[in-house]
Amino acid sequence: MSSSRFIITVIGLDRVGIVAGISRVMAEHDVNIADIRQTIMKDLFTMIMQAEVKSENFDLAAFQDAMSAIGKELGVQVIVQHEDVFRFMHRI
Amino acid sequence: MPIHPEEILETIKMVTNENLDIRTVTMGINLRGCSHPDIRTFNEQVYCRILSCAENLVRTTEEIQSLFGIPIINRRISVTPVAIVAESCRADDLVSVAETLDRAAHEAGIDFIGGYSALVHKGMTPGDLKLITSIPRALASTKKVCSSVNVATTKAGINMDAVALMGRIVKEAADLTRDEGGIGCAKLVVFANAPEDNPFMAGAFHGIGEPDCVINVGVSGPGVVNSAVRALHDPSLGDIAECIKKTAFKITRMGEMVGREVAARLNAQFGVLDLSLAPTPAVGDSVAAILEAMGLESCGTHGTTAALALLNDAVKKGGAMASSSVGGLSGAFIPVSEDAGMIRAVQRGSLSLDKLEAMTSVCSVGLDMIAVPGDTTPATISAIIADEMAIGMVNRKTTAVRIIPAPGTGVGDMVEFGGLLGSAPVMPVHAFSSETFIARGGRIPAPIQSLTN
Repeated sequence: MSSSRFIITVIGLDRVGIVAGISRVMAEHDVNIADIRQTIMKDLFTMIMQAEVKSENFDLAAFQDAMSAIGKELGVQVIVQHEDVFRFMHRI
Repeated sequence: MPIHPEEILETIKMVTNENLDIRTVTMGINLRGCSHPDIRTFNEQVYCRILSCAENLVRTTEEIQSLFGIPIINRRISVTPVAIVAESCRADDLVSVAETLDRAAHEAGIDFIGGYSALVHKGMTPGDLKLITSIPRALASTKKVCSSVNVATTKAGINMDAVALMGRIVKEAADLTRDEGGIGCAKLVVFANAPEDNPFMAGAFHGIGEPDCVINVGVSGPGVVNSAVRALHDPSLGDIAECIKKTAFKITRMGEMVGREVAARLNAQFGVLDLSLAPTPAVGDSVAAILEAMGLESCGTHGTTAALALLNDAVKKGGAMASSSVGGLSGAFIPVSEDAGMIRAVQRGSLSLDKLEAMTSVCSVGLDMIAVPGDTTPATISAIIADEMAIGMVNRKTTAVRIIPAPGTGVGDMVEFGGLLGSAPVMPVHAFSSETFIARGGRIPAPIQSLTN
């Protein structure tokens, strides 16, 4: 792996509090937001965040569980993936 | 360079809507150090060797799966062909070796273990014969063990004695598993030019030119290719080839990344990336659907072989660009029972066994997961194998036969195997006899193409 950056994708129906809820859980896990973009596509709220992890003891599984849980609460799908998957697939 | 949101969403769509997955991470394990005249000691050494290499295979692949968000469907192990490593065993019967492999597979938590195999393209040793005759019982008494026998190569020709024997072995394997539709045959492949690094079952084994422990990865994605082709507006065939190539490139890149990461974490060498469009029973995840997307009314009609040739070649070209480690089978699979589109094509009468045979001359493997009536004779099965081996031998490619003479069934019945193996419509075979031809035995000499030195 070339970095400890993750891409967090949030997809679902727009409502109040999505960004607040997601970023709160990220802060709790000491995950920094390096970049954030958000659009509404065909009524679907789509937010893509580039997140950085500095801590050596970062527990990915626990973070993913927490993100799924908050996603469920907000009625959106939250996917956490290492950024290499996108670099490898789309860049030479 | 920042990653574009569209690229991120494209990747996510491939996984969530189009069944893109790593079909298998297969660990190849060398068993040559386990040989021993006493079969109990041998089995013990095999068991310990497999678990010492593979104890973290499942946990590691699960970690990688959640790290990248790409599903890894199967974890498998391939071992050195058992006929080679068990040659020195004094025991008359090798079924206990298969049972040992099965036990090790259960303990390691993996899905399949391959390598209950023999390479007999030019002739058979006593160990080869002992192994082959035990295959039906080995497959009936185990769940996860897969078996393969290589009976032909371009360099050696076709060992017709072995082909004749395999017709009987396939029948016996079906009979011994008659309560489950003859599922033993779904775990048995007869090969020409078998690859040594194939991660896919049932044909995986750890070849003799391979390192001590290696990770081979099989990636699949017919659903991704299918929707990419269907999204084109009135394309020419050149446009379709280009589109498949680009899609194959992306899928292969992802597989290579996963394979390298798994290998690094397990201290194993990274072997090959095998991009094979392996269909699953899921809707749209079908090679037949891709062929139909190119403009054929139903898979199997005239034009199918040409469409498949285009598909197979474009997949290989995209894969070759994306990775320097492309190997195994790499191309398109056409297993009938595992592909909803193929099943439908058989049922509506557009796809026959003869057409499938023609298709295998341009795709990556052979007659795969085909059910035929239970009363098909061993000689007919041998003759079907011989035809397929001839295609592989002459065209310098891998071909294989995985055929199920499902006991008690007739043409039009469906045989259920469950899971990734799916369900197979029983297809008719020719009624005319091949008995005398098969009984002649001997060897079909290597073709002129073999004289390349």
